[in-house]
Amino acid sequence: MGMKASNAIATFFKYFVLILVGLIMIYPLLWMISATFKDNSEIFAGIGLWIRNPTLEGYQNALNNFGGSINILQAMLNTYSYVLPKVICTVVSSCVAAYGFGRFDFPGRKILFSIMLATLFLPQVVLNVPQFLLYTKFGWVNSPFYLAIWVHTAFATETYFVYQLVQFMRNVPRDLDEAAAIDGCSSFQTLYKVIVPMLMPALVSCALFQFMWSCNDFMGPLLYVQTPAKYPMSLFVKLSMDGDTGFAWNRILALSLISILPQLIVFFCAQDQFVEGISAGAVKG
Amino acid sequence: MKESKAPSLGRTPAQKFFDKWQGLFYLIPWIIGFVVFKAIPFGQSLYYSFTDMNFFEGIHEYGLMNYATAFTNAKITKALITTFKYAFITVPLKLIFALFIAYILNFKIACVNLFRTIYYIPSILGGSVAIAVLWKAVFRDDGLVNTLIRMITFGHAQGPSWLSDPTYALWIICFLRIWQFGSAMVLFLAALKGVPADLYEAATIDGAGKWKQFFSITVPMITPIIFYNLVTQICQAFQEFNGPFIITNGGPRNSTTLISILVYNYAFKSNEMGMASALAWIMFVIVCILTIIAFTSQKKWVYYSDER
Repeated sequence: MGMKASNAIATFFKYFVLILVGLIMIYPLLWMISATFKDNSEIFAGIGLWIRNPTLEGYQNALNNFGGSINILQAMLNTYSYVLPKVICTVVSSCVAAYGFGRFDFPGRKILFSIMLATLFLPQVVLNVPQFLLYTKFGWVNSPFYLAIWVHTAFATETYFVYQLVQFMRNVPRDLDEAAAIDGCSSFQTLYKVIVPMLMPALVSCALFQFMWSCNDFMGPLLYVQTPAKYPMSLFVKLSMDGDTGFAWNRILALSLISILPQLIVFFCAQDQFVEGISAGAVKG
Repeated sequence: MKESKAPSLGRTPAQKFFDKWQGLFYLIPWIIGFVVFKAIPFGQSLYYSFTDMNFFEGIHEYGLMNYATAFTNAKITKALITTFKYAFITVPLKLIFALFIAYILNFKIACVNLFRTIYYIPSILGGSVAIAVLWKAVFRDDGLVNTLIRMITFGHAQGPSWLSDPTYALWIICFLRIWQFGSAMVLFLAALKGVPADLYEAATIDGAGKWKQFFSITVPMITPIIFYNLVTQICQAFQEFNGPFIITNGGPRNSTTLISILVYNYAFKSNEMGMASALAWIMFVIVCILTIIAFTSQKKWVYYSDER
């Protein structure tokens, strides 16, 4: 067996593994999409993607209002009415905090920075009970504006993003700050005239990740949203699933697919930012 | 870290004071957030863990009773063991898989971006309720997997009831996490690209085979990323909630009841917030110990190319 043959085998093996794993990754999602157009008797009859009797029944039922106080459009609206403030607050507050950590030296900076790093490892589960009691006291639980879910992000509580932005900020040359200072910019002007434009790709990447994570968030709404009319998608899908597993799978799968559609669109429009964002923070750490 | 010094001459004491402390000014929101939403709740939960705090009835008793219950109650000890099992199945498999795929992708592969995208999608969507619903459909008794098993064996074999059999349910929950190896893989891929090519050339001249090269060059060079992935994955694994809560709700026969689910049940179903805090703290201490082990052991196995 020559070198050529063994190379060919190695290449075949590589692609075989990649395609097999790729199928495991993507096939359930493709199957889900096709299942939403099948009728309920067909969904579990085979594993194929081919649709014998295409129907929009699943989508019609998903969009139907079943007489409750919540429907899919309302749930969608509810979701984004806290996801957007959350994303904006996270990006702005994390950027300001990262600027404070990354660009200034003052007594105690090192201690504060280590505290910030330590909170990266602080599990949310430990904080849930006291936070719930605190938000109850504030009157934020079940608030119509979802205060308990997003207000804390205005105080740079999403440490992961603060840390990431500090990492990114190291790559912004300090000469720029100094030039701005000589031109008479105050430190705040330097922040929004020099740092923010230079950091834009990183800020976009933080916004994208926070968008995805906030849309996926289940624990937050589970604890802090109790009125069915205010349910976001995550609770609405869970509620529908508990309500009718067993018979209307095309409806529940259509509902699930609609719930992740905005995320899929965002992902496909901005995949490179995701990949770069995830690499940057850790590799340079 | 040096602050810009440009206009430092001829400043009044007040201005100098401001120059010195202005960094802190930008940290005010973070400090408030840290104190109000993290530090105080952190202390409170430790305090509550030594009480019989109830959401409606408040505190009547102080002591170690929650911890005593935690280590004697069969349901709780089982949940602790299950959580360990979950973490020790999920983390290594996920990392090995992520590294393996990243290693293959790092060869000159056609359509590398397409593959990367496909592998990465589950990481982005995997935490959502929608994917949990999909998982239920895939692993139902007559779901996708069992239909596949029937097809391959021409109807001779019937797959198990994945989600209602205690032997398999935890594995299915683990598999949901392992399926999301994409983000770890992206990190490994970036690290592999940073391994200098001349190291491989030198090794090839010395006659080292591909496997030898992998274990004596590739792995040592990317240990910082292996370390980073290990620590973050352990932290995440011990906090896992969505998968087992939505897909199996802790069942069948508590086989997927992780500690986080018990914390939720105690705190928000039976309002026993003292007990919930104690369980959360046990989990926290376990994660701390594992993190400390990882950090102290890193001197032995993590290789940093530039001394920092």
